[in-house]
Amino acid sequence: MDWTALELSLRLGVFTVAVLLPVGIALGRVLAYRDFPGKSLAEAAVALPLVLPPTVFGYYLLVAFGAASPLGQFWQAAFGRPLVFTFEGLLLASIVFNLPFAIQPMQRGFEAIPPEVRAAAGCCGMSPWQALLKVELPLAWPGILTAMVLTFAHTLGEFGIVLMVGGSIPGETRTVAVAIYDRVQAFDDASANAMSALLLAISLAVIALTFAFSRRVGRRLG
Amino acid sequence: MAGLEVELRQEAPIPLDAAFACAPGEVLALVGPSGSGKTTILGAIAGTYRPREGRVAVNGDTWFDAGAGTFLPPHRRAVGMVFQTYALFPHMTASGNVMAALGHLPPGLRPGRAAELLARVHLAGLEQRRPAALSGGQQQRVALARALAREPAVLLLDEPFSAVDKATRLRLYREIAELRAELDMPVVLVTHDLDEAAMLADRLAVLHRGRTLQTGTPEEVVTRPASAEVARLIDQRNVFDGQVIGHDAVRAVTMLDWAGHRLEAAFNPAWSQGSAVSWIAPDGFVVLHRRDRPSRGEHENPVPGVIETVLAIGQTAHLTLRPDHDPRLPLHFSVPLHVARRNAVAPGVAATVSLLAEGIHLMPPAA
Repeated sequence: MDWTALELSLRLGVFTVAVLLPVGIALGRVLAYRDFPGKSLAEAAVALPLVLPPTVFGYYLLVAFGAASPLGQFWQAAFGRPLVFTFEGLLLASIVFNLPFAIQPMQRGFEAIPPEVRAAAGCCGMSPWQALLKVELPLAWPGILTAMVLTFAHTLGEFGIVLMVGGSIPGETRTVAVAIYDRVQAFDDASANAMSALLLAISLAVIALTFAFSRRVGRRLG
Repeated sequence: MAGLEVELRQEAPIPLDAAFACAPGEVLALVGPSGSGKTTILGAIAGTYRPREGRVAVNGDTWFDAGAGTFLPPHRRAVGMVFQTYALFPHMTASGNVMAALGHLPPGLRPGRAAELLARVHLAGLEQRRPAALSGGQQQRVALARALAREPAVLLLDEPFSAVDKATRLRLYREIAELRAELDMPVVLVTHDLDEAAMLADRLAVLHRGRTLQTGTPEEVVTRPASAEVARLIDQRNVFDGQVIGHDAVRAVTMLDWAGHRLEAAFNPAWSQGSAVSWIAPDGFVVLHRRDRPSRGEHENPVPGVIETVLAIGQTAHLTLRPDHDPRLPLHFSVPLHVARRNAVAPGVAATVSLLAEGIHLMPPAA
């Protein structure tokens, strides 16, 4: 059992969720309520990670993060270390490939709030910020929670992009999914088996808990 | 100026050409068919919709002035709004919903004030219920209490009675009528129901495709519509074309030709001899003659014909008469059911009605 890999996977999941929570709320809300030129294109771009092969997506990220790219050079200059094959690079990649999992459920959550209910918040004297905190977030909460869980679970499970952008450096970029692959390659079936079972159990538990929770919320709002 | 002043104009996306005022304590009903822009106009007053041109001012404060670029968002306008679907916050209790509009009070005072407001709309004891656990009428009352909580300078009611059953609606009418005495702000009521408007409002503004066609008391609008279009919009069915034959100042009548039948209308010399007009005879001014005592010509504007339909609704019989001089121009009127029975009114029988001259109202010819 590679506990370092498990710890790294969990850390990557938590960090990804932490970054995507505010980003998803902001972008999901804009996509739900605003009309702007190029909105369809923006929605398509957000959905892209769902349809592109992880190798294609990973390859482009690798190019975008590489030492020859403006982003890679900026990162090297600012932090004194490269972006590819580091935890930071992996986190950035994880944020990008999780965009659809974070934004789409949140967008649906915001869209489900009737326009009159949002108008009522303003007519009750709430500023846009108060309306967001007191009305929109509590009502979009099931969608936001689903987004967070999907993002977390998907981060634990992602393999192709992690391998492309991060490689398999113990303690830095080797996640559980990569470690399992590594163990299988080394004919260490016992370890692969244990880690696979654990990952399966964690994922199942997290998703089951979410379903139970959103059903409770649904009943409450009936 | 005290009260609400509204002036809105735009060509697209929703055509608007509306102007009206509403004094403190006055109830103004915006009436018109669905799609006539009523809800859009309320949105423009509340600040949830921004029209291209126009002005909205309340008690001298400008909320919207396209020329000056002024547009206050809803939370900066002292407005109370009851939405058609109530739009209660489903995750808050009745009390929480009302407290959500009490942001101007210190937090410690809000629960007490919310309880007071809920008691005022007869919901004492239900403060801790969520909207899902309240009936439609109760939700409607919470919405009203919430709209009043902000101590609004204008109260807006968007089809507030359309989603409740009739018994609840009648009860709510009475409660609104009672509450009115205590309200000192302008109240704008949107409805497509003319009876409701006539019952609750001091004045009506008739809207069609975003235009205010006529503003006046319910009686004025119903008996003296400004045009045939208004007459049709307020469901006035006896709208006909005619021609002014002449005036008789001595007898104070204006003579009218109605498809070859001569009628006398209230004296109105503004219409020159020979001019084409539209005219109406509102229901209350069509009088059925007793069938056992045939008219000998002493009645006002007798119109003989054949009864086509008799429809009893409650204690009222709604009748249609095909006039003998032109059966293509049916007259609609109603009489108490017992009158219809006593006169043995039935489809196919001959009957005569009088069109009372004072009720015949002339309008510009329909386009």
